Amino acid sequence: MNAINQSILTWILLAPLAGAVLVVLVPDRKKLPNWIALLTALVTFGLTLHLPSHFAYGQAGFQFQTSIPWIEMPGSNSAIFYHVGIDGLSLWLVVLTGLLAPIGVLASWNAITERRKIYFALFLVQQTAMFGVFISLDLMLYYGFWELSLIPMAVLIAMYARKDGPKAALKFFLFTFIPSAPLLVAILWIYAQTHSFNFVTLQYWIASGALPAGPLCWAAFAFLLAFAVKVPVFPLHGWLADTYSEAPVALAMVVAGKLGLYSMLRFHIGLFPVQARALAPWLIALAVIGILYGACLALAQRDFWRLLAFAALSHLSLIVLGIYGFTFTGSAGAIYQILNHSVIDAALFVLLGLLYDRYATSQINAYGGLASNLPRTATLFVITSLAMVGLPLLNSFVGEFLVLSSTFIGVSRSWAVWASLGVILGATYMLWLVQRLFYGPKSEMATSQPAPDLRFGELAVLCPLALLMLVMGVAPSLWLQAIEQAAHPPQPKVTAIFHQGTIHSTFAVSLSSREVQR
Amino acid sequence: MNPVPDVYRILPEVVLALTGVAVMLIDATLPFGFPRRPLGWIAAIGTTLALWASLWQLSLPQGTGFYSTIETSAFTIFFHVLICGIVLVALLLSLDSLPEDSHHQGEYYALIVFGAVGMCLLTGAVELLLVFIALEISSIATYILAGYRKATGRGPEAAIKYFLLGSFATAFLLYGVAMVFGATGTTQIYEIARLAPSATNHSLVLAAAALMLVGILFKVSAAPFHVWTPDVYEGAPGPVVALMSTAPKAAAFALLLRLVFELFPSLHSIWTPLLWAVAVLSMTVGNLAALRQQNVKRMLAYSSIAHAGYLLAAFAGFGTSGIAAASFYIAAYAAMNVGIFAVITLVSGYDEELPFIQDFRGLIYRAPLLGSLLIFFLISLVGIPFTGGFFGKFYSFSVAVQGGAVWLAIIGLLNSGLAAAYYLRLALVSVQSPESRNGEPSLPRPHVGIAVGAALAFAVAASLILGIVPGEVLRAAEAGAHSLQAPPAQNSAPLDDALTPQER
Repeated sequence: MNAINQSILTWILLAPLAGAVLVVLVPDRKKLPNWIALLTALVTFGLTLHLPSHFAYGQAGFQFQTSIPWIEMPGSNSAIFYHVGIDGLSLWLVVLTGLLAPIGVLASWNAITERRKIYFALFLVQQTAMFGVFISLDLMLYYGFWELSLIPMAVLIAMYARKDGPKAALKFFLFTFIPSAPLLVAILWIYAQTHSFNFVTLQYWIASGALPAGPLCWAAFAFLLAFAVKVPVFPLHGWLADTYSEAPVALAMVVAGKLGLYSMLRFHIGLFPVQARALAPWLIALAVIGILYGACLALAQRDFWRLLAFAALSHLSLIVLGIYGFTFTGSAGAIYQILNHSVIDAALFVLLGLLYDRYATSQINAYGGLASNLPRTATLFVITSLAMVGLPLLNSFVGEFLVLSSTFIGVSRSWAVWASLGVILGATYMLWLVQRLFYGPKSEMATSQPAPDLRFGELAVLCPLALLMLVMGVAPSLWLQAIEQAAHPPQPKVTAIFHQGTIHSTFAVSLSSREVQR
Repeated sequence: MNPVPDVYRILPEVVLALTGVAVMLIDATLPFGFPRRPLGWIAAIGTTLALWASLWQLSLPQGTGFYSTIETSAFTIFFHVLICGIVLVALLLSLDSLPEDSHHQGEYYALIVFGAVGMCLLTGAVELLLVFIALEISSIATYILAGYRKATGRGPEAAIKYFLLGSFATAFLLYGVAMVFGATGTTQIYEIARLAPSATNHSLVLAAAALMLVGILFKVSAAPFHVWTPDVYEGAPGPVVALMSTAPKAAAFALLLRLVFELFPSLHSIWTPLLWAVAVLSMTVGNLAALRQQNVKRMLAYSSIAHAGYLLAAFAGFGTSGIAAASFYIAAYAAMNVGIFAVITLVSGYDEELPFIQDFRGLIYRAPLLGSLLIFFLISLVGIPFTGGFFGKFYSFSVAVQGGAVWLAIIGLLNSGLAAAYYLRLALVSVQSPESRNGEPSLPRPHVGIAVGAALAFAVAASLILGIVPGEVLRAAEAGAHSLQAPPAQNSAPLDDALTPQER
């Protein structure tokens, strides 16, 4: 068992890559690439499930670690390590990535009809890159996967886009690639000072104050910038709408959010707590602006992909608010909300994707009264929308409540009020979207183009997601158990910057008391 | 005193020269109309032998031969192997892409091999007159090769431009050599290094260094001495560009390293800001100009100017690590650049019916393998991790940051972001669906033969190895750097020891 625990992360990393190679080698016949990709994704998901079942809850630090010197850095004794490991923060993100892989494959099952080999091979490479980002504990290894994740994404957007792929792909690539240049300089600068790329070592180095403060501020800012673009944080969201409306469903649902947010938590706050703290007021302001701005723009959209993009901006900004509120509950809620948002976004993408497949338009006006034609689709769409809106008993409620309540108590009441306003706007645009798509008088298109309701494959994707939303809403402690351990301050020095008092907010108390009872 | 026979010191050059002569003589004896393609294979075999000979030189002790004019050290062997590798790939590429009926094929292969003699000699020479001769050998071969497509207008234009500007630049170098002789009374590099700091006429040394720098920067096409590059690359045949954008540059960079770190280490405080400025200028000018190009070869010409800039960033590093980083970058750059020019030669065709970016539209559907390789090499040029391009850039900027040139690294990496725009434009065009050509006959599907397949496999493997497991090459580059920094001992320890890891 120990040997498996040692190597499980490596297997998770290699499994999709092996699948990709296999997809390239087999002939493109009878959906063979699809089946191989699905099988690979399921196997990978199965491997990721090993992690929560063998995770030592309540144990601080990284688990399932492997560390092997990879490239010796010339002129010094240090090296770039193949160093992977997970803690409570990355545990569920890895599992989530594993879960979304088969869902992505199934969502592309009928949508991708030609050049399936390239598509599924790159899709699987993308999985490896994302796993790599979540498990790397060596800064250069992390950077490698971070950059690698751009390539399959850009190529797939260009090749399988709905209308103007190359433009959207170029925009996406440049937006995310250029800020990673300062990130690399910052990593190199830190290396030049400390001769280490190791995350844990660097955490102590930086906390010990051995590095000059001025440049360190700039390094922290370079880190933040690269991550903020990827999230995206207002006003760096220029690429999001185009990517959402062009990218194939399976990729659009992983492009925004979790990679950037995870990196913020791990490598911005984790490495530079003091500098992050100094910038927190700005980020809180930007987050609240993002919440309101995204919600307002979502209200005004006529195209449902773009609506979804601005909705995502709004929801992701809420998570940023939770992260940079620097409260314990807020962080835990934010991490939980990353999972929630990914699940909900995936479901919405699949649902809108299948509407797009059936009617070949993303103009909301063209739809209307679909509920009588597609009752099951309508039901699942309503459930997903309600989850997104934050209805109690569904998953988003927990995360949003934790973030907003901790902001209200621990950060600033006025910001919390403004952010809550965004949540109300969120309910408005989502429910309005449901009404415009599924209810009201039947549109011309809905009557003239009969379309089948959910197929088996689509049900197989959506039902588990809907169930997951419910379970995550009813029993959040299953997940929060690991997350709270990660949201705990990573080192003594950082303790001071978390408002201890906020833990006693009612919700958190009820959560932790439940922990005790269990 | 010196137990190593002098000829061992120049064994790769001898092998190459003999190959070149053999190719030329056989070409002359073959009847007219007889296929000349086997000559290319002879040249390739000869180059492989030269590569082996270079590796064999590892067993020689570091030292000089022929009255201290030529040196073998880990440094020269690193570059010999690199240059022989590039020449081999270029020959394999030529074998499949030169049209069967083209004239003077014998001379073509012979010239490539003779050029390689010059380049190898250039990296080993420690005597400025020999440096000059080696440079001329390699340059004259490339001048002729640049104009190999005589029938087109651009071929001779490229050759004449390259020749006129190139000989002008060589004259600068020669003038520099003359001045340094005037200042120190010798042309032996180690002697000069010893005498130059105490030279009575210091300004003469400075002027000599400046003139020599101009000559070399021209050869590596660094801004502001870059203007010849796009025209020549556009006019020269694809395989020749694959060769001349990498091998002579590798040799010239080896010379530049020798100049900066061995010949005039005393002038380091002057070199550093100067090369800093040239690096920034090269990458910025190269990238900005490349953004606007429509012709793929011109675009890559500007990109190679930018890459010269990234490479020069390594010169901001401290001695050993700077040399090692620069050497490594040259290897990584050569692997990907040879590769991409090979792909482009195959796609555009020898006569370049399809020279523009738009002509690459839908390449991945037309020729999936070539399309994927094009994207792979472009990704490497962008500098995405797990490719040689990334690690080269990473290492180069890493030593720049350690040398205190943080701004240089920031400018350089922002530039590589800018460069991503035009590399990606080509990559994305090649994955775009080819529907737009309805009505016109569909484009030909490029043929990939055995020789060029081997060349591409070689380039891909090199790029991947340099990106994923660069350890061995790094160690070789570092050993080379140490040997360049070490005092010129006659018959010191065998080179094998110098090549093993430093942690002992």
